[in-house]
Amino acid sequence: MSKQAKAVALISGGLDSLLAAKVLLEQGVHVEGINFYTGFCVEGHTHAIRQKDKKKQKRNNALWSAEQLGIKLHIVDVIEEYKDVLINPKHGYGANMNPCLDCKGFMVKKALEWIKENDFDFIVTGEVMGQRPMSQRKDTMPVIAKESGANDLLLRPLCAKLLPPTKPEIEGWVDREKLHEFSGRTRKPQMALAEEFGFKEYAQPAGGCCFLTDKSYSDKLVDLWKSRDDRRDYEMDDIMLLKVGRHIRPREHFKLIIGREDGENKYMEGYRNQYTHMHASSCVGPSVLVDGVLKNEDDFKLAARITARFSKDRTQESVTIEMTDVHGVSKSIDVKPLAAHEIEEAWQV
Amino acid sequence: MSQHHLDATKMLCPMPVIKTQNKVKTLKRGDLLEIMCTDPGAINDIPAWCRINGHQFINHEERGDLFIINIKVCDA
Repeated sequence: MSKQAKAVALISGGLDSLLAAKVLLEQGVHVEGINFYTGFCVEGHTHAIRQKDKKKQKRNNALWSAEQLGIKLHIVDVIEEYKDVLINPKHGYGANMNPCLDCKGFMVKKALEWIKENDFDFIVTGEVMGQRPMSQRKDTMPVIAKESGANDLLLRPLCAKLLPPTKPEIEGWVDREKLHEFSGRTRKPQMALAEEFGFKEYAQPAGGCCFLTDKSYSDKLVDLWKSRDDRRDYEMDDIMLLKVGRHIRPREHFKLIIGREDGENKYMEGYRNQYTHMHASSCVGPSVLVDGVLKNEDDFKLAARITARFSKDRTQESVTIEMTDVHGVSKSIDVKPLAAHEIEEAWQV
Repeated sequence: MSQHHLDATKMLCPMPVIKTQNKVKTLKRGDLLEIMCTDPGAINDIPAWCRINGHQFINHEERGDLFIINIKVCDA
């Protein structure tokens, strides 16, 4: 090797990025990790919120991967910049609201900015040709390299032999012969390499790390935009609340977010100063946030009857529901809970 | 050496880690940082972040729903 080159590896917390970084470390390259937080990462959030997940081990897999590798990890908040990627994806969406190709290009572009600022030589990703239907195809992988501006500074160690040589290979910073030619959706070569490296435990696996690949979450996001006159924008609180509770939209102008268990109820209480909220005061029931406007008494009554439907006394004739607005002004109403069949299927977001 | 404070309450991981990372960049070697969190994930993630980035996790204490994490900046 001509010099000890410095590479930044995109670390998602999954197996592929763990292996890609390890392949380079084995070649004596100085590797540091970078992880981009878009706000849509599955890691942590829901586990932190839901009571039923309290016993699950809470660890950030990107940090865990870096620790296994013995490398530094830089976590970068890209929430604001990511909005444009999600709202205006040049290459469109995948099966749901996942703009995978634009997303990968964006992250490599951010990594390129980082290596320039920090005097590193190239970028490493754990991409495997043919593994993902949108961003990891033979025809789209060069698009990422080109549109990000990284060009031949982007090395994919797990499938490098299937791609033209990059600068790190041409310059002799890494040995192309020791790189790989993994392709397709099978995980067997990665598992074998993990075993060779002695990684006994690793996060499962690619594709499941982003809420935008999830149909239910994507449906809620589309509904949110639609309810705001197709204004395709969001704040962090919006995307957090899409991960929580049961979402019911009985009218175009308001939606109820109904806590499904104690952890969610408690989490939603943190939003009481931002949203009108409701709860049953005559019995045990969930926290309910009102996203939108209750325009009249009919709306208030309907929201209260839905809230009562999810209370302990859902089968009783009357439940008292208290509603408090963002100014702390409360009022109560006694309502008959809606029956299960009265919650229309079309209301479920 | 000076004592610093970071409020990362109501944030879910990895935001407390990102806030810690960004705060530490402004501190000097030997400085102490107390981080207040409400996400229990932070009590694993912030020590892990310290280990891989060369800083010292001192301790954490729990006060009801609040987690107070103390670290020392070592690699500034």
